[in-house]
Amino acid sequence: MIHSFTDLQSIQGKLAAGATSCAELTEYYLDRIHEGAHLNAFISLFAERARAQAVEIDGKQKKGTAGRLAGMIMAIKDNMVLDYGATTCGSHILEHFQSPYTATVLKKLAAEDAIFIGKTNMDEFAMGSSTENSAFGLVRNPLDNDRVPGGSSGGSAVAVAADFCTAALGSDTGGSIRQPASFCGVIGLKPTYGRVSRYGLVAFASSLDQIGPLTRSVDDAALLMNVLAGRDPGDSTSAAVDVPDFCADLDKPLKGLRIGIPQEYYGEGLDETVRQALQKTSEFLRDMQAIPVPVSLPHTEYSIATYYILANAEASANLARYDGAHYGARADAARSLEEMYVQTRSQAFGAEVKRRIMLGTYVLSSGYYEAYYAKAQQVRTRLRDDFDGAWQHCDLLLTPTCPTTAFRIGEKASDPLTMYLSDVYTVSVNLTGLPALSIPCGQDPQGLPIGAQLIGQPFAEGTLLRVAKQLQLHHAPTRQVLRLEER
Amino acid sequence: MSNHIEYEPVIGLEVHIQLSTVSKIFCGCRARFGSEANAQVCPVCLGLPGALPVLNRKAVDYAARLALATGCEINPRSVFARKNYFYPDLPKGYQISQFEQPFCENGMITVETASGGKRPVRIRRIHLEEDAGKSMHQEAYVGDDESLVDLNRCGVPLLELVTEPDLTAPEEAAAFLAYLRQLVRYLEICDGNMEEGSLRCDANISVRVRGTFGLGTKTELKNMNSFRHVERALAFEYERQCALLTAGQAVQQETLLWDANRNIATPMRSKEFAHDYRYFPEPDLLPVEIETNWIEAQRRDLPELPQAKKVRYQEAFFLPAYDAAVLTEDADVAHYYEQVADRVDDKKLASNWVMGEVLRACKERGEGVTDLKMTPALLADLLGMLTRSEINSGMAKQIFEQVLQTGKSPHDLVAEGGLSQIDDHDSLQSVIQTVLQAQQKDVSAYLQGNEKVLGFLMGLVMKATSGRANPRTVTSLLREELAQLKNRL
Ligand SMILES: [Zn+2]
Repeated sequence: MIHSFTDLQSIQGKLAAGATSCAELTEYYLDRIHEGAHLNAFISLFAERARAQAVEIDGKQKKGTAGRLAGMIMAIKDNMVLDYGATTCGSHILEHFQSPYTATVLKKLAAEDAIFIGKTNMDEFAMGSSTENSAFGLVRNPLDNDRVPGGSSGGSAVAVAADFCTAALGSDTGGSIRQPASFCGVIGLKPTYGRVSRYGLVAFASSLDQIGPLTRSVDDAALLMNVLAGRDPGDSTSAAVDVPDFCADLDKPLKGLRIGIPQEYYGEGLDETVRQALQKTSEFLRDMQAIPVPVSLPHTEYSIATYYILANAEASANLARYDGAHYGARADAARSLEEMYVQTRSQAFGAEVKRRIMLGTYVLSSGYYEAYYAKAQQVRTRLRDDFDGAWQHCDLLLTPTCPTTAFRIGEKASDPLTMYLSDVYTVSVNLTGLPALSIPCGQDPQGLPIGAQLIGQPFAEGTLLRVAKQLQLHHAPTRQVLRLEER
Repeated sequence: MSNHIEYEPVIGLEVHIQLSTVSKIFCGCRARFGSEANAQVCPVCLGLPGALPVLNRKAVDYAARLALATGCEINPRSVFARKNYFYPDLPKGYQISQFEQPFCENGMITVETASGGKRPVRIRRIHLEEDAGKSMHQEAYVGDDESLVDLNRCGVPLLELVTEPDLTAPEEAAAFLAYLRQLVRYLEICDGNMEEGSLRCDANISVRVRGTFGLGTKTELKNMNSFRHVERALAFEYERQCALLTAGQAVQQETLLWDANRNIATPMRSKEFAHDYRYFPEPDLLPVEIETNWIEAQRRDLPELPQAKKVRYQEAFFLPAYDAAVLTEDADVAHYYEQVADRVDDKKLASNWVMGEVLRACKERGEGVTDLKMTPALLADLLGMLTRSEINSGMAKQIFEQVLQTGKSPHDLVAEGGLSQIDDHDSLQSVIQTVLQAQQKDVSAYLQGNEKVLGFLMGLVMKATSGRANPRTVTSLLREELAQLKNRL
C-alpha cells in the first residue's frame, strides 16, 4: 500500500529509490477515482492507456531517460483536445466528438512524461461557477458533498483535492481555475494572457481564456509552468516573452515586497470569515517583512457587467460552429437546413449555454453594439488603467478569491445573476490579462477552505509563486482529502 | 444602348480577388486546388474545436501590392473581424474578414473607356478575408434531399475591393474589371480567371436624371461570372430601373441574382440577405501592424504597371498606341516583347512579329508565351537575319514555324539546310560569279592567302539567295571558283 504524495518531488524521490513505480501510482490513483466515483469528477478515464504509459515511463526511469514530469499523473479538463478519447466540453453537442489533433499544452506535458489519467467534468463549455451545468451531471465538493466544488474547472479541482491525481489542468476565463481551487482548498494559477498556448483549448471567450495548473503544492505549480509556458507559433496571441525558471526563486525571502490591498475587494458582500482570513494572511505577510499598502481599483464595480458582455459576445461566435453540419450532435428530425440548426442547438446545448449565446448575440446586434460591446471594451481599458495605477505603489495584490466559501448545490442555480456576482473578485484579472493565483489561507467554521488570491503584474507569475510558497510553508498548508466516504 | 437617354446609371463594384499564395491565409494547407474534395483541409480551416488561425504574411504582401498599385493608403494598423452567419460551407459559423479598420483605403483606378475617354474610379477600401467552401446542391451524385460541402476552398485568401459609385455605364464596369484583371496578373497576386471564380464581382446600380448629383435607390446584382455578364446584367438592370421611373414607380432596394441562361436578373428571397453580421474584432488574431519602411520596400519592388508600360512603349519604342495596348495587355507578353526589343534595332518589326506570329502561335497551341520554344532570343536572331536580308520574310515565317517545332536556332536551321533550298550548281554558280565580280578587293586578299575572307564571301552569297542556298554546295563551289582564279594567276 502506497501513501499519498503532496508533490512530484517526493514522488520522484521514491521512484529514484525504487520504492514505488509509475505503474503502482497509476493503480493507486485509479483506485482512488473508483472509490470517489460519487464526486463525478471525471467524464472519461484512460485507465488502460495510462497503465501502458506507466510501464513505458518506468522503463525510461531505469535507463535514466525519463522526462521532467515522470511520475506526475494528471487530470485534464475536458475542454482540451487529445487525439484519443472524446473531448466533450461537458456538452451533449460534443458528446462523441473525437479530435484528430492534440492541444499544444498536452503535447508539451506528454513530452515530459506526464501521464493523463482522464478528462475532468466541467460546466458546459466552461460556462458556470459551480460545475452544476455539465451535461454529464454535477460535481460534488469532496469536503462536503452537498456543496459545489466551484467551477467551471470543478472536476479538475476535485481531482486534485481528493488525490485522484498529482495535478490537473484547468482553464480560466473569469475565475474558472481560481474559484474551484478556493472552494476545494488547492492551489490554482491563471497565467498571464498569452503565457500559455491556447491551441487545442476549446474556446469559450478567446480574449480571456487561459490554461493553468491546479496542484497541491506550489513547487508543482512552478514546475508545471516551466513546461506549459512559452510562445506557440500556432497561437497568434501567445506572447514572445522569455520564460524564466519558475522554480528558481521560490524560496527567496519576501522582505520589502509591496503587497497592495485593493479596498474595493474588501467591501460589501464579502463574508466576514473570509475577510478575517485575509486579514490574518496580510498580517502574516507583514511578519515576513513584506509591506502591505492600501491601493484603489476604482472601476471594479463595472467588471462583472463588462465581463459578461465581452465573454458572451465572443462565446456567441465561438459556439456558432456547433451547428450539426460538420461534427458533433445533429438533430435527426430536421427537414431543412434551418431546422437542422435550430433543432440541433436547441436540443444539444444546456440552458446556461443558450442563455449566454443569446446575451452575446444581443450585445453584438446592430443597434446595440455601441451601447454594450463597444462600451464594455472602453471599460476594459479603464480597468487596465486601474491596475497600471496600482502597480505604481505595489508589486502584487492580495484579495479574497471569492466572497464566500463553497455554497450549497442548488443554492444559486436558479438565479443566474447571483451566480454571476460570485465572480466579482476574479473577472478583472481576465479582462486585464494579468496572472493570478488562488491559495488556501484558512477555513470557515464548517471547515470549508478559504482562498486568498494573489494578482501579479504581467508575466510576474514567479512573484506570485514565491509568495504562495511562504504561505503554504508557514501559514495555511494545503489539505488533502484522504477519506472518500460520502460526507 | 438605351432609349432612356434622360437617365444615367450610377454603378459601384465589389470585387473579390482570390490570391494565388501557395498556402491558405490562416493555416498551412495548400491554397491551389487540384486534390479531391475535402482533402486540402486541417483543424484550422475545418474550424475544429480548439484550432486557431495564424496569419500568412504572404497574403499581406499581396494585399500591399494591390494597395500600392491602386494608390490606396495602407493603414498602419488594420484589424481582423468576425462576420457571423450560419452556412454549411462556413465551418466556424463566422468568416474572418476586416470591417472597421480595413487594410487600405482611398485609392483610385483610372479606366480607359472604349470611346478613348478616361474614367477615374475611386477605391473606397480593400480588405483581407478568408474564402468559404463550396456547397453542391445540383451535382449528379447529390440526392434530392441532401447537399454536399467541399471545404478545400475554406481559408483561401481573398481581397475584397470596394469602389465608390463612380462608373457611369455598364461598359465602363466591364472595362474596370478588365483593367483590374490585368493589374492583378501584372502584380502576380491572382490568376484573374473570372469563370473559375478567381475574380468575383457584385455590382450595385442606381439611376438618376442625367446632369443631377443625387443618388437614387440602388439595387445589388450578384451571380455574374464573366465581364460580359456583368455588363449585360447592369444593362438589364439599368433598363429595368429606367422603365420603373418612367412609369412613375419606385425602385425597391433589393438584391438580384443574374440568370445568365435567361438573361434576366431576379430578386433573391428577402431572407437570403437579411443578415445582421454582428461584426466584432477577431480576438484570435493580433492587429496587422504595417511599418512605413516596409511599405516603401514593397513600393520599390512593385513591377511597372500596365498603364505606365503602355506609355513607355509609345515614347521609348515609338510604337503606335494600338501596338502598345496589345503588347501590354498581358504581363508575360510585354516581358517577351521587351526581351526581343532589347536585341533588335527595329522595335516596330519586333512588335509586328510578337503581335502577329507569336500571339497567333500561343493561341493555336494553347500555350503561354513563356512556354513557346521560340524564345525571345531566338526570335531576335531570326529578326536580325531578316533585317540583314540574309533571309526573306517568307523564309523567316518558315523558320519561325520550325523553331516552334524544334527549338533549334534559326542559324542552325539555315545551316542544316532544312529549308527549301537552292542547290543546283548552275544558278548558284551565277550568283557566286556576280558576288566575286563585285568584291574584287576581297578576292585578291583571298588569293594572297587571307583565308578568312572565304567566310565573308560565303555570307554574301547566302544573303544574295536570301539564305536559301545550300551552304555546303556554296562552300565547295566557292572554293572551286577561287581555285580556278588562283590557277589563272
Ligand atoms: Zn487548413
